[in-house]
Amino acid sequence: MTVKELVQVLDAKVYNLDDEMREVTSGYAGDFLSAVMGKAPTDSAWFTIMNNVNVCAVATLAEVAVVVLCEGVEPDEPLLNKVKMQGVNLIAVKEDIFGAVKKVCHLI
Amino acid sequence: MANQFIHQEYLVAGNNFNSAGSASEAVKSTLKKMGVASSDIRRVAIAMYEGEINMVIHAGGGIALVDIYYDKINILLNDKGKGIADLEKAMQPGYSTAPEEVQRLGFGAGMGLPNMKKYADVFDIQSEVGVGTTVKMTIYFG
Ligand SMILES: Nc1ncnc2c1ncn2[C@@H]1O[C@H](COP(=O)(O)OP(=O)(O)OP(=O)(O)O)[C@@H](O)[C@H]1O
Ligand SMILES: [Mg+2]
Repeated sequence: MTVKELVQVLDAKVYNLDDEMREVTSGYAGDFLSAVMGKAPTDSAWFTIMNNVNVCAVATLAEVAVVVLCEGVEPDEPLLNKVKMQGVNLIAVKEDIFGAVKKVCHLI
Repeated sequence: MANQFIHQEYLVAGNNFNSAGSASEAVKSTLKKMGVASSDIRRVAIAMYEGEINMVIHAGGGIALVDIYYDKINILLNDKGKGIADLEKAMQPGYSTAPEEVQRLGFGAGMGLPNMKKYADVFDIQSEVGVGTTVKMTIYFG
């Protein structure tokens, strides 16, 4: 599915959408940045509650398609600025990680 | 062609999480301009970022020396930080001495060194307590 479709299914709040037609072909859930870089596949949706500026670097390096902030977490200001600058897709949902993944995992 | 290369040097500031990763980002964009395959760029960028972040968190900063050839990249990371007493232990997935305030930022899974070893084709680490740490990595393109 595309990032745009993911936003619709999750009814997510959009913080930055640089490439909404990007295909999401996999997923990864977790908050440890090194675990994401070691394990998240390219073009995955990354579900996390981590909201600082390093999230943008990791999303870029691991080439995830979109970051999904869960549990109503908002990006802090440096993160929001950086995702806009670097063109990283960032969205947010109210559900916890389990609830968010449950909504979309059969579609990815 | 084979003996042409780009040499880059970066100062990595210690304990600064806003500038952390900028050396890896710069190398990444150089490789992109050179047309290196994106799967190779990903390996380079992650391996170097992990090493860069380790110098930021654990060593009070350091330097990164990068040599890019048409078929490979050599990365040397050197710091004069506290060093690592037990390298074998440090290399184990899950081993971390990251302080709580950086854990709150998402670091400290103890996966950085294992990731570097996983993504680099050649990985070497030397460390001496009280003297510092040197990491050498080579990644071949294609
Ligand atoms: N440059 C360094 N100087 C001093 N100690 C280091 C250095 N690099 C790594 N270490 C030590 O090795 C341990 C393991 O490093 P590693 O990168 O695998 O995990 P981490 O940095 O603790 O967490 P993560 O990388 O998953 O965020 C560190 O916790 C630290 O004790
Ligand atoms: Mg580390």
